Amino acid sequence: MNINLEVEIVEQDSTAIVLLAGEIDAYTAPKLKEALLPLAKQQGLLIEVNLEKVNYMDSTGLGVFISALKATKESGSELKLVQLQDRVKRLFEITALDSIITIDSTVRGGK
Amino acid sequence: MKPFDFIEMKVPAKSEYVGVIRLSTSGIANRMGFTYEDIEDLKVAISEAMSNAAAHAYDDSEEGEVTVGFGVYEDRLEVMVADHGGSFDLTKVKQGIGPYEQTESIENLREGGFGLFLIDALMDKVEIKNDYGVIVLMTKYLHMNENEVGLDDDQISTTQ
Repeated sequence: MNINLEVEIVEQDSTAIVLLAGEIDAYTAPKLKEALLPLAKQQGLLIEVNLEKVNYMDSTGLGVFISALKATKESGSELKLVQLQDRVKRLFEITALDSIITIDSTVRGGK
Repeated sequence: MKPFDFIEMKVPAKSEYVGVIRLSTSGIANRMGFTYEDIEDLKVAISEAMSNAAAHAYDDSEEGEVTVGFGVYEDRLEVMVADHGGSFDLTKVKQGIGPYEQTESIENLREGGFGLFLIDALMDKVEIKNDYGVIVLMTKYLHMNENEVGLDDDQISTTQ
C-alpha cells in the first residue's frame, strides 16, 4: 500500500497531462500543489489531471484543485479531472464542487 | 455499560502521521466488520480531524502531539481525536463550513473549510469539545444486514 503520492507531468503542445498515483492528504497535498499551480498559471493550457490511481483523497486535495481552478480562471487555461475512482468522485459530489470543476467520468466505459 | 476494547495512539502533530493513523483506522474498522464504503468514510473523517489537529499545532509553532482513541463497541466505533494545543476559535471555524453554494463566485471560493463538513457528512454522530485543546468525538455505527454478517469469521462478535 502506497500512502505517498507520485506526480508525473506530460506536456505536449497546449495540453498538460498530470498523472497521479497514491493518496492525497495533508502530507502529500503540498507536493500536488507545487506541481499543479505553475501549470494552472500558464496561459491557454488544457490541464488534464488523471486520478485513476488515486485511491484516497480528502479535503486537502479538494483545496488544491480549488486553488488550481482559480488560477486557471485568471490565466485563461482549463482544468479537467478525469478517471476518478468512485470514492474520490463522491467527495466532489458531497461538497457540490462537481458543479464548478469539470469532471470527466465517461472515460471508464461510458454511461 | 458493556466492556469495550480501547486503543490509543499518540503521534506527533505532523501531517506525516495522518496516513499512519488512516492505516490504523482502516485496520480496526476492517476487523470490526465495517463495509468497504464505511471504512473509506472513516478514513476520510479521521484524517480530516487529524489534519486539523496537525495544522492547528503547526500554526502555533509548538511541537505538539495528537492523541487518537478508538472505542471498539459491539455496534459502533467511537473515535476521539485530541490535540492539547492552544486556543481554537470554534465559532470562527463553524462559520466557514458547508458545501459549495452555487451563489459563491469562484474567485471567492474558499480552499479550506471542507474538512469539518466532511466529518459531519461521513460520520453518524460528531461532537467537538473545545475546553482544553480541541477534541473531536466521532461515532460510526455498524449497519449489519444479512449480506455482511458471517462473511468474515474472525470479525468480532456482532450478535445482538
